[in-house]
Parts: sequence; structure tokens; C-alpha cells
Amino acid sequence: MTMISAATSTRGRAREQILSLRGIGKRFGAVRALNDVDFDVYAGEVVAIVGDNGAGKSTLVKILAGVHPQDSGTVSFYGSRASISSPTDARDLGIATVFQDLALCDNLDVVSNLWLGRELVKGGALDDVEMEQRSWALLRELSAKIPSVRTPVASLSGGQRQTVAIARSLIGEPSVVILDEPTAALGVAQTAEVLNLIERLRERGLGVILISHNIADVQAVADRIVVLRLGRNNGDFRVADVTSEAIIAAITGASDNSVTRRAALHPEKGPTE
Amino acid sequence: MSTPIPVDQQDERLIQHGGISGWARDFVSRVRGGDLGSLPVIVGLIVIWAIFQIMNPNFLSSTNLVNLTMQCAAVGTIAIGIVLVLLLGEIDLSVGSVSGLSSAILAVGFVQLGLPLPLVLLASIVAGLLVGLVFGLLRTLFGVPSFVITLAGLLGFLGLQLFVLGKTGSINIPFDSAIVQFGQQWFLPAWLSYAVIVIVVLSYAWQLFAQAVRRTTAGLSAMSGAHVIVRTGTLLAVLALAAWYLNLTRGVSVMFALFLVLVVVMNYFLTRTKWGRSVYAVGGNVEAARRAGIRVNRIYISVFMLCSAFAAVGGIFAAARLAAANQGSGGGDTNLNAIAAAVIGGTSLFGGRGSAYSAVLGILVIMSITSGLNIINLDSSIRYMVTGGVLLLAVVVDALSRRSRAAAGRG
Repeated sequence: MTMISAATSTRGRAREQILSLRGIGKRFGAVRALNDVDFDVYAGEVVAIVGDNGAGKSTLVKILAGVHPQDSGTVSFYGSRASISSPTDARDLGIATVFQDLALCDNLDVVSNLWLGRELVKGGALDDVEMEQRSWALLRELSAKIPSVRTPVASLSGGQRQTVAIARSLIGEPSVVILDEPTAALGVAQTAEVLNLIERLRERGLGVILISHNIADVQAVADRIVVLRLGRNNGDFRVADVTSEAIIAAITGASDNSVTRRAALHPEKGPTE
Repeated sequence: MSTPIPVDQQDERLIQHGGISGWARDFVSRVRGGDLGSLPVIVGLIVIWAIFQIMNPNFLSSTNLVNLTMQCAAVGTIAIGIVLVLLLGEIDLSVGSVSGLSSAILAVGFVQLGLPLPLVLLASIVAGLLVGLVFGLLRTLFGVPSFVITLAGLLGFLGLQLFVLGKTGSINIPFDSAIVQFGQQWFLPAWLSYAVIVIVVLSYAWQLFAQAVRRTTAGLSAMSGAHVIVRTGTLLAVLALAAWYLNLTRGVSVMFALFLVLVVVMNYFLTRTKWGRSVYAVGGNVEAARRAGIRVNRIYISVFMLCSAFAAVGGIFAAARLAAANQGSGGGDTNLNAIAAAVIGGTSLFGGRGSAYSAVLGILVIMSITSGLNIINLDSSIRYMVTGGVLLLAVVVDALSRRSRAAAGRG
């Protein structure tokens, strides 16, 4: 992946590679959902995965989240080989996923949702005071606008729910956070709120993987854009260097664009269309 | 404001009222938003008591209320288990049969086989736990709806109950045995009942106070001293008044006191432990609970086991009060009374909402209706219809409050 290492070095920051996927393949019956896909995530970086429907974005994310394992290829975590065969494996490695449906319990309040499955216990009983205090600390660190952590999650707006879901993913101190379409159902102000939150995650030094259909959001917040098309890598851009036309061209596979020109320089790795 | 604003009240959008008047205003807005809590059932209980008192001045007599508490214990204990399964959004229709089975095991083991009482009691409860384990495994391994599994259980364990009872059909437990004494004759001495109440209220006050101190130290908003005093004072007044009135005649039955202890203990486990939080989470959103790393299957199995164990304990109480176990033990309306009590008490049929205390409130309503209709000499035909009507009303209130909760954003 000469392209990526070049991109990273030109940024001039010392970055640690957290996650590295090489030659990932996945089949569903007769369909090859992913074919020889490479993908890297560095600390303190927002990588967007974009692509049309059926490009393999969700499949890639599900492999990382441990929903289903890959058929071929390798996953390395901080340089050593890792196998992710279940959601628990992913969580133990430090990969947190915020799925599109958020998976919040509407009947529980914000504190209970944040700490669900990881409750702090003191002398056999739940330590609600400690959990509430830490929840406020975390939410303030994220500049999250949640008026009260003691209201049921059902009473929160879409953006606030997204905030709770993202904040929850941070409770386990992960190194990589995967956000699946975090802005899909949100209004303008709420989208801005979530994008701010993503910047805050980057500032904490996390690797953020952002899956989105919205090119404007991606350009607003991502450092790097990885394009998938029909289950293959179809470009890896630095946001600063690329126009939305070029991204869209890579997504749709238009024949004459920067992707094909770059591919010509690296014939052994480039897209084959 | 001279004092710093607590961390949890700094958001300017937050509507907040301090102190007791603020708590009262919050309460009104909660009720308007469909978060009714135990309000409808308390209002309902007062209405029911008023109506029966007008129809028969003996209804609210100390003697009758002592009887009422003793009638509550058995089915109320079964209702605790129903509260648990309802919190998961499941149902257990077999509790009546399981309580009957437990009565049968008690009577056969103790009277016919002459086994020691503790052993027989243990056997009854273990039988309940095993029944629950079977339900839990069927539910989690095959994903069969609990409605169907427990409906099969209703028939199956009724059969087992008849099998255990054998040809005799009805077994009387000796009147001087400890278990029957416990069910019929044991009452807390007046001084002990007051002492227990004082200890309970003091420990509740201490708990509220300690929590308030911890929250203040942590920079969070806390309950004011006056609020703590008003709350514990109210609790003390209600409990002491009830105990005083019951003590005018026979007093507080040990069996009823044990039922209340079971409720308080269950409430502690539901609200203060990881397990309890998981039960609410599974009832609210199974998939979210699973993804949060909660072992959902274990929660299902543990809840079904507890429910059947509570049914078994309820069966023991019923046999103790009746001084007998027969083919009709746990039959008739036991099943539906237990389920109705949980729902009337305010536990939602839709899962994830309710509390252990709804077993107490609900069973008081059910048994008040039964006792009231008996005292004014109405036929059981009317009793069934009235109880059915009240259950229907409770379910409608539950569904309506769920709808207005959705509108008011209270989940």
C-alpha cells in the first residue's frame, strides 16, 4: 500500500498504525462480497469508507465488529495478527462499533445505557453515584448536549441518542470506534453536533472508521477516504487532495478519473475494471 | 446563587424544581406524561375500600383486614414471580399448577412419608426451580414463545400434581404442625411489629441520607434534608398506622410479613444489582442487551427459575393457610389472580417497566375485591366478573399510559 504510507508520511505526524487489513475476502454463497480488500486505520485519524449500495462497506464493518469472520486475508492489530470471531473478541481487542440502529434501551436512563453490561459495582450493589459522575465527565469531555442523564433515552432527540450511543462505545476505552451511518437520520444541527463529536474522538487519539453515504459529511470530518466498489478497493484519498467529483467518480466507477490514472501507476494493486 | 450548581443541573434547558414543592410539581408532570407509577392502583384501592365500607361497615374492621393480609400472602408471593417474567416481556401461565404441585409435594412428603419439614420445604422449592429451568431452557434453546411453553406447563404440572397426590386426592396437614401454625396462628407481637417498622424506616432514612451525602460530595444534585424527613416520616406514619390498626385484633401475620420481606428483597435485587439492571435491559431491548455483552439466555433462565420458585413458595403458603393440599390446590383463579395482581399493580405487559412493589399493591386490590364481595354475600360468579373487569381496566390503563409516554417522551 504505497499510496497510504505516502499519504501518512506527507502528513508529517508520527502516527501509530492501529488496525491493518490485508487481502480480505468474504463470500456469501455465490456472491463475492469482498475481494482482496486492504484497509488501514491509524491513531488519531478519521477514515471514511464510502461506496455505493452493495460495495461491501457493511460486510467490511461486520468483519471488524466480529459479526462474521472473513474467509481469507489477515487482520493485524498494533502489528500483531488478530482473529475476530465474535463481537466479544472485537470488544476485547478494543474495537467498538456503533451500529445504525444504536441499540439503546428506551426504558432505561442515559446513565444505565452508558454503563449497560459494564456497570460499576461497589460492595455487591450498583454504584450509581460513581456512574453518574463519570457519565457527566465523559459527556462534558465530548461537549455533548444532554440536559439530564436521569431521563429515559426515549425522551432524547435523534442526535442526542447518537451521542449517547457514541459515548457508550467509549466507556470500554477502545482504540478504534466504528460509526455506521451516524448522520443518516439527523437534521442539520444534529448532524453538526455528531460531526463535532467525531472530531472530539479524533482528538482523543482514537482511530475512527466512518461509514457514510453523505459525501459532504465525509469531507467535513474525515482525514482519509477509502472507496469500495463491487467488493474491491477503488481508491484511497486524502480529503485535502480530492474533490467530491473525484470521490463520486470512484464510487460509481466512471472510467476516466484520478482513480484509474493512479491505478495505472500501480498496475499490480489497482482496480481491475 | 451562592452555592455552585450541581453538575447534573447545569444545562439551561433543564426544567428543575428544588425541594419538596419541586418534587410535587415533578410528580404532577410525570403523571401527565403518562408515567403513572403506582398512582392509579392506590387511587383504585381507596375507591374500592370506600365502596365496600359503605356497603358493609365491617369491611374495614381490623378483623377483616387481618384476614385480608393473610389471604394476600400466598397469591401475592406468586405475583412477585409474575412481575419478574413480565419485566422481561414474557409470561408464565403455569404458576397456579406449579404452586399446586408444591402444595402436593409438601403434603405428601410431610404427612404421608413423614419426612422432616425443612427437607420437604426444600424439595418443594427445588421442584419449582427445576420447572423454571425447563421453561428457561425451552425458551432459550428453541425460542418457543413462553406463552405456549407455560401453557403446556399448566397442563403438564397439573397432571404431575394429581400424580403426586395419588388416589387420596386430598391430604390434611396436622393442625399442630409448625407449617400450619405458621400459616394460621403465628402473628408478630405488637412490640416486635413496631420495632421492625422503626428499624426499617431508620435504615431507609440512613440510606437516603448517605446517598445524599455521597451525591453532594460527587458534585451532583442531592435530596434535601427536609425531603428525606418528609419521605421517611410518611413511610413511618403509613406503616405504623397500618400495624397499629392490625394490632387492634390479631396483628401482623408472620406469613404476610414474610411476603413483604420477599418483596423488599426482590426490589433490592431488581434496582440495585447488575442482574436487575440486566432484567430491565432485556425487557426493554433484547438486541441492545445482547450487544452490550449481557448474557441474555442466563437472564431468561434465571428469571423463569425464580418465577417458578416463587410459585412454589406461594403453594407452600397456600397449603399452610388451608392446612391441606388437594386436587384443587393452585387451581381455579390462582393463576389469573397472580397475573392480574402484577398487572394491576403497575407492571407493564410490554416488558421493561414495573417494580416488585406492584405485587403488593396488585394483590391488595384483588383480595379486597374478593373479600368485599364475600362480605356483602355476592356469588363467586359476580366476583369473577368484577375481577375480570378490573384486570381489563388495568391493562387498558397500561396500554394508554404507554401511548402517552411515547407522546411525552418518557419511553
